[in-house]
Amino acid sequence: MIVTKRLWARSVLGIAAGLALAGSALAQETLKIGLLATLEGPFAAPGQDGMRGADLALKQKNGMAGGKKIEFVKVSSDATPDKAVGATRKAVEQDKVPIMIGPLSGDEGIAVKNYAKTQPGVTFINGASGAQATTLLDPAPNFFRFNTEGAQWMVGLGEHALAKGYKKTFLIAEDYGFPYSQVQGFMASYCAKGGKVVDKAWVPLGTKDYASVIAKIPKDIDALVVVLGGSDAVNFLTQYEQAGGNKPMVGGSITVDQTVLNFKGKRRESLLGTASAGPMADSLDNAEWKKFVADYKANFKDGFPSPSLFAYLYYINTKAVLDALDTVKGDLSNGQKAYREALQKTRFTGPAGEVKIDDNRNGVGTTYITEVAKAADGSFYNKVVKSVPNISQTLGLSKADFDKMGLGSRDVPDCRK
Amino acid sequence: MSAARWRRAMNNPAAVGSAALRPVVPSPSGPRSPTAPIAEAGAESFAGRLRRAVQPHHIVVALALVLYPVVASPFFVYQIGAQSLALGLIALSLTFLGGYGGMVSLAQMTVAGMAGYLVAIFGSSSAAAISLGWPWWLGVPLAIAGATAFAAAVGWLSVRTEGIYTIMITLAIGVAFFYLAQQNYTLFNGFQGFNKVVAPTVAGIDFRQPLPFYLLTLACALAGYFFVKHLVRTPFGIALQGIRDNPRRMHALGFAVTAHRVAAYAVAGLLAGVGGVLMVWYNGRISPGSVNTGAMINILIIAVLGGMRHPIGAFIGAIVFVLLQNFAIDLVDRERFNLVIGGVFLLIVLFSPDGLLGLWAKLRPHLQTPTSTPRRQA
Repeated sequence: MIVTKRLWARSVLGIAAGLALAGSALAQETLKIGLLATLEGPFAAPGQDGMRGADLALKQKNGMAGGKKIEFVKVSSDATPDKAVGATRKAVEQDKVPIMIGPLSGDEGIAVKNYAKTQPGVTFINGASGAQATTLLDPAPNFFRFNTEGAQWMVGLGEHALAKGYKKTFLIAEDYGFPYSQVQGFMASYCAKGGKVVDKAWVPLGTKDYASVIAKIPKDIDALVVVLGGSDAVNFLTQYEQAGGNKPMVGGSITVDQTVLNFKGKRRESLLGTASAGPMADSLDNAEWKKFVADYKANFKDGFPSPSLFAYLYYINTKAVLDALDTVKGDLSNGQKAYREALQKTRFTGPAGEVKIDDNRNGVGTTYITEVAKAADGSFYNKVVKSVPNISQTLGLSKADFDKMGLGSRDVPDCRK
Repeated sequence: MSAARWRRAMNNPAAVGSAALRPVVPSPSGPRSPTAPIAEAGAESFAGRLRRAVQPHHIVVALALVLYPVVASPFFVYQIGAQSLALGLIALSLTFLGGYGGMVSLAQMTVAGMAGYLVAIFGSSSAAAISLGWPWWLGVPLAIAGATAFAAAVGWLSVRTEGIYTIMITLAIGVAFFYLAQQNYTLFNGFQGFNKVVAPTVAGIDFRQPLPFYLLTLACALAGYFFVKHLVRTPFGIALQGIRDNPRRMHALGFAVTAHRVAAYAVAGLLAGVGGVLMVWYNGRISPGSVNTGAMINILIIAVLGGMRHPIGAFIGAIVFVLLQNFAIDLVDRERFNLVIGGVFLLIVLFSPDGLLGLWAKLRPHLQTPTSTPRRQA
């Protein structure tokens, strides 16, 4: 009896171990592509929507590219670079994916690019990350980014602000890489055309109390440049209103989103006309965008009312990956040489303008300037007022001028006086 | 936890020798006085002691650890093997503090992070304006010394508290360090931290490669493991366990309770510091995200998961933790994989408050055949 019992206990353990081994050994005839997004942590919702964007690009091709069935190997990070590299390494070295898409946020992108250098046989395509340094400083030959980055998204907003008569501004932004890029994109042309940013307030991500910043805002400015995301932006607006502030606002690419548009405070009306800029806009009025939104809504009942920025970015990057696979008919031989050449030559019309890359393998694309407007039903939305096509990573400056300015940081660029 | 177990044993002398209890921690209540085995062992020849200490399963484990990189892929060697050992070393510092000192500190990841930051500051990194570019043989010992001093300072601040208050004060220190690192630009380089902090090349061996790095972490982990095993049998270790169980009595006996506790924090800081240096080399970078609350709690999870009554628990916990982190996403739906991780942790803690070590102790009698030789009693 006792022996039987022990035998049973041992067999259960043995079978469990056997199953665990067998599960990982199942061979697939399909082509695996790694897909990394933030499914945990502060960007879990954007990460999920990024995955939807990638899924949509694959669904539009019926799950096939280059004559092979495509299977995503999905991995997740929590927006920390350590975790992003760990997840990427798992997909590349353990699941043996030849192509890897991701990550979502800026510093993750830099870390994954550095990892890409150690894996020359694998091609890496960005997901949604938008740090300038990823492709500008010490780029990896096998890392491609088909979307434009944070600084490019703000090009043209400086001129637009000047046209609205905002000659002196005060800047408030979160203190990390992405806002640095955004601020540079805004200031590069704004300062060159004679605008003055009298002071910058850098606040930590997730700041709740803006009293000390609001106290510092000078009386004689024309507008505020606010590069805050999500709840930070709403907290700032609320407190600024309570302090009696009444200056108009210019926003960053992720500042004037649905949470801000649904702002219920007394200053709600004064939000009208708030300018911001980004690589896409909900109210785009072309056939490609409308088809993209319709497909997104049809496929993802649990998704957002309209695809987010992250869904859009993952979508165009994934589409570029799959289109290039079609071009080379799934041929990844010879160190993926032909495939990378096809990627380099990629050029298609995406939902929000043309998608192509420069010699650093970074996207060259269109930026849309928007202003908050009132719809017929009283709700607020971002209305496209201008589009600025063909923006490169040097922000419309010559390479020499851009190098002289350097990458965006807390102190670069500077035009106080 | 072993403290409660040991106290129960004290109250019930009959249970001391029972196999189920098997106190791994040598207790002063044993047949010998605390100092006697040390003195006696010293008289014996080293080879003799080694022969007596080494058992078949030690050799099996040692062989497995050394042969592991031969059979495993570079991914398993580096991401699973080396990461588990480095995380295990940091968790070991908590096991030592918590299991033998009765002080649960959440700041062990902070101490490790301090060592990692110091390596980046003294050595070379992408932030050329901050990094001093010193050679590794100068920077690394200084970083570990700095982390040890930092840990002693943390200990000095928190030793006068007990139980949940120790947890709170070390949590506060850890969170404060996280925000300092995130907002200070002159020393910690703010949100972005340091990139390209790479392991050095020593005598032609590039420690960035998976195999050399694995062997390096293995050497450090083994050294840490045997160091703790040895330390808890020294007079200092015995006194520390006495303080864990009854500080007032130890004080009355003339032991400097505070000094012992601060010294325990410093020793744990040394272990965590070495682990922190390995972690920063493993990741090749460090930023505030590496020392945030989640990372701090992870160390506690690893220690509790493995079991805090024996130093090996930290490494077992780390292996399970790293495996789950890497492969849970393959088991279920991509948006639900954290549920698996949480569920496994919950199950282990629910069925075995002593972690995986306790689970093993419960399972073993069922798996042993009647004919197999009974284990030697400790």
